[in-house]
Amino acid sequence: MVPISYYLVLSGFLFACGVAGFLIKRNIITIFMSIELMLNGVNLSFVAFAAHWHVIAGEAKGLVPLSGQVFVFFVMVVAAAEAAVGLAIIIAVYRNRETLNVDQLNLLKL
Amino acid sequence: MSIHLILFLAFGAVCVAGAINLLAQTHPINSALSLIAVMAALAGEYLLLGAEFVAAVQVIVYAGAIMVLFVFTIMLLNAGEEERTKGSRVATLFGVPGILIASVLVGWMVLRHSGTEAVAAGALPGDPRTIGQLLFHDFLLPFEITSVLILIAIMGSVVLASKPPTTPRSVSVRKVD
Repeated sequence: MVPISYYLVLSGFLFACGVAGFLIKRNIITIFMSIELMLNGVNLSFVAFAAHWHVIAGEAKGLVPLSGQVFVFFVMVVAAAEAAVGLAIIIAVYRNRETLNVDQLNLLKL
Repeated sequence: MSIHLILFLAFGAVCVAGAINLLAQTHPINSALSLIAVMAALAGEYLLLGAEFVAAVQVIVYAGAIMVLFVFTIMLLNAGEEERTKGSRVATLFGVPGILIASVLVGWMVLRHSGTEAVAAGALPGDPRTIGQLLFHDFLLPFEITSVLILIAIMGSVVLASKPPTTPRSVSVRKVD
C-alpha cells in the first residue's frame, strides 16, 4: 500500500525537472525532451488519481471509472503527434540555420 | 515496509536519477538515454498502480517509438555537445524563488497529507478489455478526433521535413538534351 501523495510528489518532481530543463537547456532537442518529461509527470498523476478514485468512490454514478487511464492514452497520442511535427520543425530549422542552439535562433528578436 | 513501498521507492529512485541526469548531461544523446530510463521506470510505477495496459503502451509507444524518433533525429542532425552560454537574468530572477516556493509547497503537502488513503497495488482492473470498452464506448468521439489529429500530424511532418525543391529537374534535363 503506497499513499497517493507519494505518487503525486514523484509526478511533481518529474514535472519540475521538465520545467527546469526547458529553461536551462540550450539545445533545442533537449528542450523538446524536457517537454516529454513534463508530459510523463502529468501521466503519472493521471494514473495515480484513477487508482485513487476507483478505491475511494468505487462505481459511483456519473463517474466513469478508469477514465484517468484513458486520458493517459490521449496524452500519449498528442505527445506522439507533437514529437513528429516538432522534430520535423527542428530538421527544417537546422536546414535553414545550421544550428541547434536556441540562443542563435533569434531571427524574430528586435 | 511492504514490498509495494520498496518497489515504488526503487522505481521512483530510477525516475529521479534519470530526470536529474537529463538536466546534468550536456550531450543530447545522453539526455535521451536517461529519458528512456525514466520512462521505463514509470512503466513499473504504472504496474504498481494496476494499470497494466498503460504500462505496456508506455514502454512500446514512449520508450520505443517516440524516443527512437528522438535518437534518430539526434543522429541525423549530428548534434554535438551543448554550448554553454550565460544564463538569462529572467530565469535566475523567477527560477530560484519559484524552486523555493515549490519545494516548500511540496514539503507542506507531504507533511499534511501523509496519512491519506492508500492505493493498493493492482487495485483497479487496467486490463486491455476494460480500457478498450472505455475507449470505444464512452470515449468514442475523442478517439475518432485523435485519428484526425494523427492524420494532420503525419501530413504536417511530411511537408515540414521534406526538402524544398531547389532547382526543377525538368530544366536540367532539357539543358543536357
